Formats: sequence, C-alpha cells, structure tokens
Amino acid sequence: MKFAVQINSSPYAGAAGEMGYQFILAALASGHSVLQIFFYFDGIYHGLAAQLPPDDERQFLRRWSQLSQQHGIDLVICISAAQRRGLLSLEESRRQNRIDQDLAPGFRISGLGQLVEATINADRFIVFPGA
Amino acid sequence: MRHPPHGSIHVQEQLDIILTLAAFDRAVSLLFLDESVFQLFRGQSAEQYDHKETLAIFDALALYDVDDLWVEAESLIEKGLVSEQLTLPVKTISRARVSQFMSGFDVILGG
Repeated sequence: MKFAVQINSSPYAGAAGEMGYQFILAALASGHSVLQIFFYFDGIYHGLAAQLPPDDERQFLRRWSQLSQQHGIDLVICISAAQRRGLLSLEESRRQNRIDQDLAPGFRISGLGQLVEATINADRFIVFPGA
Repeated sequence: MRHPPHGSIHVQEQLDIILTLAAFDRAVSLLFLDESVFQLFRGQSAEQYDHKETLAIFDALALYDVDDLWVEAESLIEKGLVSEQLTLPVKTISRARVSQFMSGFDVILGG
C-alpha cells in the first residue's frame, strides 16, 4: 500500500514528528511504501537546517534525511506556512536580500498542491496532528 | 475542524488547505466539532487582534462549491449555541453518527 503522511507539529512542541516517524518505519518494515511527508502548520520547523540537538538526543534531521535517501521519500515543506514562520528556500532568501540557507538538505519547499496530489496518489493519507 | 477561531493561525492555514483542495476540484465537506463550532459564530470580530477574519473566508467558500457543512449537535449544545447563531446554513449530526459519517469519505484531514 502507498502512504502519504502529514506532520503538523514542531519537533519539540508536539508528538507528530515522533509518531509520524515511527508510523513510517512500521509501514516500511511491513512492505508498504511512503511517497511523501508533507510538513504543515508548525511542522515546517522540522526543515530548519541549523537544528543541533545534543548528541544523546533524538536527531530528527538525520531521521528525515535517512528516510529521504534510503527510501526516496519526498520531504515537502509547505511554502506559505514556511514563509510565514521565517523558513525560506535559498532562492526566496536571496530575493529578500538575506544570505542564509535555512532549509535542511533533503527537504524542498512547495505548495499545498503537493498535499492535494499526495491525497490522490497515495492509498492512505495519514495526518499526525499538532499539539 | 476542532479549533476555535483566532486562538492561533491554525484555522487560517486549515482554510488554505480547503481552498487549495477546492481549486483542484476535489469535493470537500466540513465537519465542525468541539470549539470549532465558534468558527461560524455570527458577530465575531478579530479586528482588534489584527488577525485575518476567517469568518469572511468561510462565507466565501460557497463560491468554491464548498457548501456541505456539518456541525455536531452535542458540540453546539455544549457551547451554548444554536445553529441559527451561525452565519452559514449547516446540517447537524449527532455524536453517535460521526464515525459512520466519516467513513463515507476517501480522505479525512483531521483538524
């Protein structure tokens, strides 16, 4: 079965990241595929490049990037939710005369059309809610 | 829908999803549960908080053919409201029937 997943809480203010990640691992282990993870609401904070938690804590960025690299899962950050919160793609960042690259490797910023497509292409669309 | 209006950006961003789905010609129904019944409450204003008037966006949803609106009867009662206090025509559904109602949809985007 093909799954798509929506993550709606930030790494440290809700459980959507943890629950979504565990769900995806379980789905993959059961032979299912996961097409896309769509980060929305405060879930967009998962895409911040400069997250540096202590080594003995869970590493969300490493988790997502492994899912992306090893299983080809598309990591999509919603552009309107992201820009509202100050997470810009490099292109937008330059347009705003900023120099930072805030978006972590492996993620891409796109629109809600990607969410609509995921609901169509996936057999199941699973939402992990915010706090 | 589960969130009240104006407590956060939540409802506004939820409306963005709804409008995008409608723009892609997906059939959308809305079900208001818990405090979200206040989203359609007549006479609300967010002006003093400099917050977007989400009620105006709800009013415009019919233009996008999003007009299948449902309110859970118990949520209305618990919040002391009657459907006549809402700005849009809604259908009511009892709590006992909600899960059966939801099973009739292909995709459920929890609020």
